[in-house]
Amino acid sequence: MLARDDQSAPKPTPLHALHVARGGRMVPFAGYDMPVQYAAGVLREHLHTRSAAGLFDVSHMGQIALHAKSGRPEDAALALERLVPQDIAGIAPGRQRYAQFTDQAGGILDDLMVANLGSHLFLVVNAACKQADEAHLRDALSESCVIEPLSDRALIALQGPKAAAVLQRLGAEIAAMRFMDCGPRRLAGIDCLVSRSGYTGEDGFEISVAADRAEDLAQALLEDSELLPIGLGARDSLRLEAGLCLYGHDIDTTTTPVEAALQWSIQNSRRPGGARAGGFPGAEVILPQLEQGPPRRRVGLKPQGRAPVREGAPLFADEASPQPIGKVTSGGFGPSINAPVAMGYLPVLHAGTGSLVFAELRGQRLPLQVTPLPFIAHAYHR
Amino acid sequence: MTTLFTSDHEWLRIEGDVATIGVTDYAQSQLGDVVFVELPKVGRQLKKAEAAAVVESVKAASDVYAPISGEVLEVNAAVSDEPALVNSDAAGKAWFFKLKIADKSELEGLMDEAAYAQHTA
Repeated sequence: MLARDDQSAPKPTPLHALHVARGGRMVPFAGYDMPVQYAAGVLREHLHTRSAAGLFDVSHMGQIALHAKSGRPEDAALALERLVPQDIAGIAPGRQRYAQFTDQAGGILDDLMVANLGSHLFLVVNAACKQADEAHLRDALSESCVIEPLSDRALIALQGPKAAAVLQRLGAEIAAMRFMDCGPRRLAGIDCLVSRSGYTGEDGFEISVAADRAEDLAQALLEDSELLPIGLGARDSLRLEAGLCLYGHDIDTTTTPVEAALQWSIQNSRRPGGARAGGFPGAEVILPQLEQGPPRRRVGLKPQGRAPVREGAPLFADEASPQPIGKVTSGGFGPSINAPVAMGYLPVLHAGTGSLVFAELRGQRLPLQVTPLPFIAHAYHR
Repeated sequence: MTTLFTSDHEWLRIEGDVATIGVTDYAQSQLGDVVFVELPKVGRQLKKAEAAAVVESVKAASDVYAPISGEVLEVNAAVSDEPALVNSDAAGKAWFFKLKIADKSELEGLMDEAAYAQHTA
C-alpha cells in the first residue's frame, strides 16, 4: 500500500488510543501508526462495510484550506484551476469534486477532493503527498491565496448502507445531503464538516473534526452496534472492488488522468472549446489524449482462476510472448465478489472489455479478462 | 508420532519416514483470512528451504518453504478447495502436503512444541 520512506517514527493519529483499545493491529503507513485490521479481520470488516457500516480513521490524510487574498472566494477557485484539469470555479457552494494535481508531462502528482465551503476551498489530499502538495500550492498560488494546512483536524469516514442511519441517530441533519454535498453539521454536539463521499463505492460520509474532539465523536459513533471500526486492509479491498485509484499505485507521475480512465473528472469548461480550456500543467499532453484517445488505459482485470494477481505482475498478450505489454497496479482478493480482482494498464488494442491477457505469476502464465470497472456497482446517494 | 516446528511457523508431524506439513495457528493468526492456497504437485522433489506452497490472504501472498527435503507423496485438496480451513483448523484438517523424508538428519534443527511456544511468545 501507499507509503513513502519516512525515517522518523510513525506519528499517532488523534484516534490512536481508540485503535489500540479496540485491538487494532498497528502498522506504519505513510508516516502514521495506523490499524491495518481489528480482531474481526479484513474479510469480515470488508463484508460488514458493504452490508452495514464501517468507521475508518483517515486522519493521516492532509486537510488544507485555500483562502483567496482578495477575499473573493472565486479567486481561490480560479487560482487552483492553474494546477488541476478540473472546473473548480464551477463547484457550487456546499459541493465537492474529485481532482488531480498534474505535472508538466501530464502525469499525476496527487489526487484530491476539493469542496467549496462558500468563503474558501477545502482540500483533502493523500497522506504521503501532503507536504509536497502544500509546497506545490505555496509555490504556485502564494501570491493570490493563503494556504492553510489544517493539521489540528482529524478525518473520520463512515461508509456503508447504514452510515446515514448511524449519523441520523446522533441527530445529524444529513437526510437532504446528496453524494458530494459538503457542509458544517453538528454530530453528538460536536461541530464537524461533513461530506457525503468516500472511498468504498458505498453511500457514506467523511467527517472532518477538531483533533481534540475526534475521540469523543468516534466513541459516540461506535456506540451504534451497526458500526464496526475498519482497518486499512479492508479499505484497500473495498476501494479496489469499487475501481477507485490508489495514488502511488494505480496513478502517479507516469500516468495521465486520461490513461487512468479519469477523463470523466475533466469537465467541458477545461477542454478544447471550453470557457477556461487548458491552462493547467500538462494540458498539451492531456487535452490531445482526450480527443485522440490515450496509448494505454487503466482497466479492470478478473483473474480466471482463484489465485490473486498482485501489484507489479507483468501482463502479456499471450501465453508465450517474451515482452510484457503492461502490468498490474493493484490486485488482490475481492471479498464481496468472492474472487480475485485487479486493475492495471494495457495498450488500448488489448484494453477492450472481454480481452484476455496473461499475468506471470510464480513462473506460470495465468489468464485475466478485461472487465468493466467498478467490479461492484457504486451505491452513491445521488 | 512427533510434532516439530520451524522458525518460519510450519509444523511437521513425523510418522515413520513420512512428514505431514502445515502452517501453525500462530502463522494463520498473522496471515489473517486465507483466500487461496497453492500446493505442490505430487511427485515433486522438494529441497529444504525451497518454496513449496503459497498462502494468500486478502492483503498479501506468503510462501511456505519446504522445511526438509523429500518427495511430495500427497497434497490436501480440501485446503485448496476451502482455504478458510487454514484459519479454522491450521494444526489439523488444514495440513498442506506429505513428504517422504529424504534425510532424517534435517529434522535435528527443528523445534519441539515447547521451544516453538517460546519462539512465538
